[in-house]
Amino acid sequence: MLKYLEPNKIFSITSKAPKYVLLLFIVILTIGLAEALIFSPEDYIQSHSVRIMYVHVPAAWISLGVFSLITLFSIVGYIFKIKNFFLISKSLAPSGLVFNIIALVTGSIWGKPTWGTWWAWDARITSMLILCLFYILYLIAWRLYENKDKVHFITSLILILGIINVPIIKYSVDWWNTLHQPASINILSKSSIHISMLIPLIYMTAAFALFSLLIFLMKYNTELIKVKNKGLDRL
Amino acid sequence: MINEIIYMNGYGLYVWSAFAFTLLSFFLLYAVTKSQYIKEKNKFIAKFGALNSHKAVIAKSQSVNKEILSSTSRI
Repeated sequence: MLKYLEPNKIFSITSKAPKYVLLLFIVILTIGLAEALIFSPEDYIQSHSVRIMYVHVPAAWISLGVFSLITLFSIVGYIFKIKNFFLISKSLAPSGLVFNIIALVTGSIWGKPTWGTWWAWDARITSMLILCLFYILYLIAWRLYENKDKVHFITSLILILGIINVPIIKYSVDWWNTLHQPASINILSKSSIHISMLIPLIYMTAAFALFSLLIFLMKYNTELIKVKNKGLDRL
Repeated sequence: MINEIIYMNGYGLYVWSAFAFTLLSFFLLYAVTKSQYIKEKNKFIAKFGALNSHKAVIAKSQSVNKEILSSTSRI
């Protein structure tokens, strides 16, 4: 099983996949944008400002999902000494950071017409900002340390500390009184969101996930070529 | 219809700026990632070209190296 995770095996797939993922991303994004901006109804309280949800919520979901994934890959990579898992983590992080920034900025834009302020130091927003700092720390660590063992240890440590923040983000709206509304979509219980708003949200989430995959594939290929460049230097 | 989509009951500026920021971020991340990919690939091709014939045979025996050389315009 593990032999299929070797860079040599993976590169033959990852080098061909981006163009197909890009095409699918453009198609799904176009449908998602049409649904989100034109066909979905306005909210009876928030009016048209609710449309910001279609970029804000998927961006927040993907940034949390990517952080959880890179932590998982790093911990498994560190325990079982699988270097490729660190490359996968490193390649996933840039899209996670960008989605985190999108969630913060679009949340701020949504906050102005809804709460009357661009920013509030409430639990959900502050914990998302802390997640952003962990992403930045993680990426800086890769640039700072040359020694592979050291960088693997430091980045894993940053991710383990950062992952503590993920359940805090998820449950912050339940644990504290915050400006941020509670979750409208629950996997385990009935969601309070109407189907006419759920459909565009699903399209936009799928588009964002595809974009994250696209960036991951391109970044992963770049990292593999960097490794091969070093290999040529040693010949 | 068009006016309603643009102004959105006075929320148009907020909605459109949120979507514009998202799409601009996508474009920038894609452009930066692609340029890094092309830069590394060109570096690889230049280094490969500078190898002598013996080293080139060794380097070409690795499947990833062959893939990199054969996928110059894939993304």
